[in-house]
Amino acid sequence: MNFKDLDMQLLDTISDLKGIPKQGAINIRRDGQAIVQKSSPNIEVKSKTDKPGLTVIVKAGTKDEIVHVPVILTQAGYKDRVYNSFIIGENADVTIIAGCGIHNDSHGDSSHEGIHEITVKKGARIKYVEKHYGQGEGAGKRIFTPSTLINVESEASAEMEMVQIKGVDDTVRSTVAHIHEQASLKIIERLLTHGNQKAESAIEISIEGKGGSGQILSRSVAKDDSVQIFKASLLGKTECIGHVECDSIIMGNARIKSAPELVAENADAVLTHEAAIGKIAGEQLIKLMSLGLTEKEAIDTILDSFLN
Amino acid sequence: MLKLENISMTVNGNNGENREILRGINLEFVPGKLYAITGPNGGGKTSIAKIIMGIYQHVSGHIFLNGEEISGLNITERARRGIVYAFQHPPRFKGLTVGNLVRIANPDIDNLILRSTLRNVGLCPEDYLDRDVGPGLSGGEIKRVEVAQVLARDALITIFDEPEAGVDLWTIQKLIGIIAEKYLSNPDSIGIVITHNENMLHICDEIILIDEGSVKAIGNAEEIWPLIRDDMECKMKEQCRGEVVYEL
Repeated sequence: MNFKDLDMQLLDTISDLKGIPKQGAINIRRDGQAIVQKSSPNIEVKSKTDKPGLTVIVKAGTKDEIVHVPVILTQAGYKDRVYNSFIIGENADVTIIAGCGIHNDSHGDSSHEGIHEITVKKGARIKYVEKHYGQGEGAGKRIFTPSTLINVESEASAEMEMVQIKGVDDTVRSTVAHIHEQASLKIIERLLTHGNQKAESAIEISIEGKGGSGQILSRSVAKDDSVQIFKASLLGKTECIGHVECDSIIMGNARIKSAPELVAENADAVLTHEAAIGKIAGEQLIKLMSLGLTEKEAIDTILDSFLN
Repeated sequence: MLKLENISMTVNGNNGENREILRGINLEFVPGKLYAITGPNGGGKTSIAKIIMGIYQHVSGHIFLNGEEISGLNITERARRGIVYAFQHPPRFKGLTVGNLVRIANPDIDNLILRSTLRNVGLCPEDYLDRDVGPGLSGGEIKRVEVAQVLARDALITIFDEPEAGVDLWTIQKLIGIIAEKYLSNPDSIGIVITHNENMLHICDEIILIDEGSVKAIGNAEEIWPLIRDDMECKMKEQCRGEVVYEL
């Protein structure tokens, strides 16, 4: 398969791929087609037969393997919908690098709708990283509408890192999680919007098993005239621990709505939240300028650190 | 040499009237010397430091650095000419690590020197290099990170604003030793410490006593300390309507 420079640039941005890895399981989807698909001895990657998308099955006990499943859209005005299923076998420990990059130079909108279902079996561990990025000079929008359903079975743990780097005009993200006995889930969301972009994220975590824990950490920066809406809901059905933390930096004429919600259905559920929205503090700028940075360098440093 | 010539500053008071917080300040700081600025709270010490750094811009008078007038330069330009200021109340940064903040202060710093700088202010590098300069650090830890930054910058003029405030006694003693070692008789730098700490005052070559926006006296510790003591006693009497409640 020949990759264009544009393909590699997008792949590098969303998944740090400098080339096609010689080892490990991988699926690269470009403009609706799987252009690279490879399984490893422990991880099976196969296309679905009834709808677009793939199924990734990780064998029980698999350790320290990485699966890359990036998606890139380079055709003008392309609209992609994909259904992906991930089944992580018992006591496995793997990392999934997903993500999508859209290059749109046209006047038509390009969009990617990723519908994911992740099952983390008993005792397994998973780190799931998903980065979204848009570029191109066209007036057409770059739109993402990911939805993820994750089921973390007993004694399993999952960490999901979801990052919107830049250049994404519209996002509506939905994440629903079910956490079972002694299982844990940590969701880290990083979001940057600028220009007239809009981003909406709704996360619902239901802690259903005794001793389960759920954590949502969100950091966002809204610049210019962009709009962000963040809803984070924690439901504790039993003895459990849950925490939501939403921090946002607001700049220019941007608007941010942050709405954490806690629902306890058991007296032994301990659920907490913190939410803060504010501009960059003047004293932070002065501090960094007194170390020799210009005002712009100071702002960039503060925002980069905050989002990373 | 750093020279402040006839510096005055007026601010809007709470009652809407203008209030002069600095009046005709004339000071000279020469390389190789360590200076202390001391005096009662609200006397204008921190204002002088912020004027030197360029944080307060709307002042009358002139500031010269090695003969060049820098009064019109902004904070960044003054920092790049070799002035650095350790804040009395340093800000916190979510997501910025201690190591990276010190590297901003000195992008060329060697890893070994970075680690020893942290150790010098009582921060174990293994524990602190990758920690956020955020809400997870105590006030004392933030102050030590602040001092580490300015030490790492190795500037021509370093101003410490009450480095002892909020720091434990063990670390204060260590800081006094480090500041003495770095700035006393160092022909390449000028150290200025705003302080109320007697031990800190005693290591300085020259002490500038500031009160009510003016320079009240300049001299060494033996000359200035009795003035401070008398002044404190006098103020305590005033505040307690003549009743002496504290003997120095």
